[in-house]
Amino acid sequence: MTPRVEIRHVTKRFNRKSGLVERLAERAGLKTPNPVVHALDDVSLSVNNGEVVGIVGESGCGKSTLGRVVAGIIEPSEGDVLYHGKTWQDMSPQQAGHARLAVQMIFQDPSSSLNPRHRVDEIVGAAALRHDKTTRPDLQAYVAEQMRRAGLDPVMSRRFPHQFSGGQRQRIGIARALAVQPDMLICDESVASLDVSIQAQILNLFLDLRRELNLTYMFISHDLAVVEHISDRVAVMYLGRIVEEAAVADLFAHPAHPYTRALLQEIPRLDTTRRQYSAISGEIPSPLAPPSGCHFHPRCPFAMPRCAIERPKLREIGSAHRAACHLND
Amino acid sequence: MSNPMLEVRNLRTEFGSEAGRVTVINDVSFSLERGKILGLVGESGSGKSVTGFSIMGLIDPPGEVTGGEILFNGQDLRQLPEHQMRSLRGNRIAMIFQDPAMTLNPVLRIDTQMIETILAHETVSKSVARDRARDALGMVGIPSPEERLHAYPHQFSGGMRQRVAIAIALLHSPDLLIADEPTTALDVTIQAQILAVVQRLARERGTGLIWITHDLSVVAGLADHVAVMYAGRIVEYGDVGTVINRPRHPYTNGLIGSLPSNNQRGTRLRQIAGSTPAIAQLPQGCAFHPRCTQASDACLIMPPQTEYDGRRLRCFHPVTNGKAT
Ligand SMILES: Nc1ncnc2c1ncn2[C@@H]1O[C@H](COP(=O)(O)OP(=O)(O)OP(=O)(O)O)[C@@H](O)[C@H]1O
Ligand SMILES: Nc1ncnc2c1ncn2[C@@H]1O[C@H](COP(=O)(O)OP(=O)(O)OP(=O)(O)O)[C@@H](O)[C@H]1O
Ligand code: SF4
Ligand code: SF4
Ligand SMILES: [Mg+2]
Ligand SMILES: [Mg+2]
Repeated sequence: MTPRVEIRHVTKRFNRKSGLVERLAERAGLKTPNPVVHALDDVSLSVNNGEVVGIVGESGCGKSTLGRVVAGIIEPSEGDVLYHGKTWQDMSPQQAGHARLAVQMIFQDPSSSLNPRHRVDEIVGAAALRHDKTTRPDLQAYVAEQMRRAGLDPVMSRRFPHQFSGGQRQRIGIARALAVQPDMLICDESVASLDVSIQAQILNLFLDLRRELNLTYMFISHDLAVVEHISDRVAVMYLGRIVEEAAVADLFAHPAHPYTRALLQEIPRLDTTRRQYSAISGEIPSPLAPPSGCHFHPRCPFAMPRCAIERPKLREIGSAHRAACHLND
Repeated sequence: MSNPMLEVRNLRTEFGSEAGRVTVINDVSFSLERGKILGLVGESGSGKSVTGFSIMGLIDPPGEVTGGEILFNGQDLRQLPEHQMRSLRGNRIAMIFQDPAMTLNPVLRIDTQMIETILAHETVSKSVARDRARDALGMVGIPSPEERLHAYPHQFSGGMRQRVAIAIALLHSPDLLIADEPTTALDVTIQAQILAVVQRLARERGTGLIWITHDLSVVAGLADHVAVMYAGRIVEYGDVGTVINRPRHPYTNGLIGSLPSNNQRGTRLRQIAGSTPAIAQLPQGCAFHPRCTQASDACLIMPPQTEYDGRRLRCFHPVTNGKAT
């Protein structure tokens, strides 16, 4: 079976001079150093039709970058992404148009992805109208339907984004993505700023849509409890690389990578003893200068001399369970 | 509570909406002592951020704070002229906004923004300010802070932008810090780093914190007191252990029951029935009644705030069987 999306050896590097703002600053004579960020480093992963793949990992490890590459918003520096077995280059412009529309990303920063001068009905309805998902006479009802699905009262459809609460803005992004009837959603921290009862409502919506429409999901979240709840399979990232990947039950029951184990230990609980939080000990590794060999070696309790030299390969360690750690040799 | 640093009494804030003027914050009262942490939780859209903006004096017309007092060290902030309020803001009283975009200017480099913030309230040399900015980035767990000072906001990940906004709010060690969902996009290790920093701030400098979050496990581990909001009002308020271990308000109880960790993997999560009412069309009486399992006819009038089982509660029929789970 051809996967819905296959990510093959994708690398993404950013350097400071790549953006417009930087080029302008440069021209204005501001000196800017030019460090290279390895946001993604040889990432391979497939997502099957109708599957929910969770992506977890530390802040800055490349989750959103991976999502943006898959959504076709940015191009990888190296490697390919295949959609039903085809790259963008393999498709006709018309096919590529359809394929892009079919993969929708719900962005992490709702307000920077919502035009502040557009009213919500325009934000939610514009693309749907342009791509004939609805007609002008039906638009209002169509928008109302999308808003209701995302848990927003349609009476607010004439408001501007700043007139909503943070969680309501996040749901505008969800309504906008659903409005173009995608078959794959990339959810980037999509329930992060929702209280748990609305979070439950949105997660249930995602589960329902999946059942009804066979939707495929890439579900990016730092919240392990949420990822555990919704995913079939989970990929754990660390500094631009996938370090472990397995079926959800397997991963949570038998984490193989020391980083995954460390993550699982930290799942917060509802105990109300006043906790003493502690600062991270040692240097936090930087994607500007990632540690050699296994990126995790400066923090790993099991590190051996070879870990600082040799990059561990991501390889099969059990049925459908991959991990990148020398301990498995 | 002898001498609270902040005392909010009967706060009321209104906005214009499609249905005319609506009261978004209604009769909200709480207090905060030096060095203490108040967790503010509640339904999305219930008024947590607007409560913060109201204290900061950041409600823009046509919105308006129309009632109540906001006593900061005994002085009513509502009576302060704008120029005095401005010099308090960012200096003695700071807010970390839910949306880092409200703090960060997209076209300015991080170092420029942080240095400007320092120089706005202090006279120090630029290089001293720059060093402080770098240290503040390191403190919130930004790796390679020296190099990152040169970056623009869009070159950071979502969680890194959030941390820069936190670093900016901490630059002046404020007396009162209102943090609005400051760690929503952060993984547990970085979150612990931030929480360690604010705990130290509370302990060593006596900073009082209002920590707005939907994450009950953070509130449980961090806060001294917790206030639960629903539809513009505080419905349950008290010591954190009392409220979280023995929720008495049906909304608080439902909230705790919807946590993924209290549900079986892959199944639909338990959710509170019904949906959030639009604030312009609140149900009569207790706004929660259409969704409440305990509701009776009595609930068609607004329940008064009462002392009940060691906390302040707004409910006619408190949950008595303890935890929902
Ligand atoms: N446009 C860009 N220019 C330069 N660097 C970038 C750009 N976008 C992302 N980066 C860098 O790439 C790395 C990965 O960023 P990404 O946004 O993918 O992280 P993330 O895993 O989504 O983190 P978070 O959980 O904080 O959102 C970070 O170090 C970030 O600073
Ligand atoms: N500028 C505005 N004009 C009109 N209504 C507004 C405005 N700002 C906020 N509101 C409304 O006020 C109510 C409270 O908003 P607030 O942002 O305080 O919610 P919140 O509790 O912080 O929610 P969240 O958890 O989603 O951030 C919401 O119903 C919102 O739609
Ligand atoms: S490869 Fe070495 S450093 Fe990396 S996780 Fe395994 S044991 Fe630890
Ligand atoms: S007052 Fe009535 S409706 Fe409101 S929460 Fe209590 S029991 Fe439910
Ligand atoms: Mg991200
Ligand atoms: Mg808010």
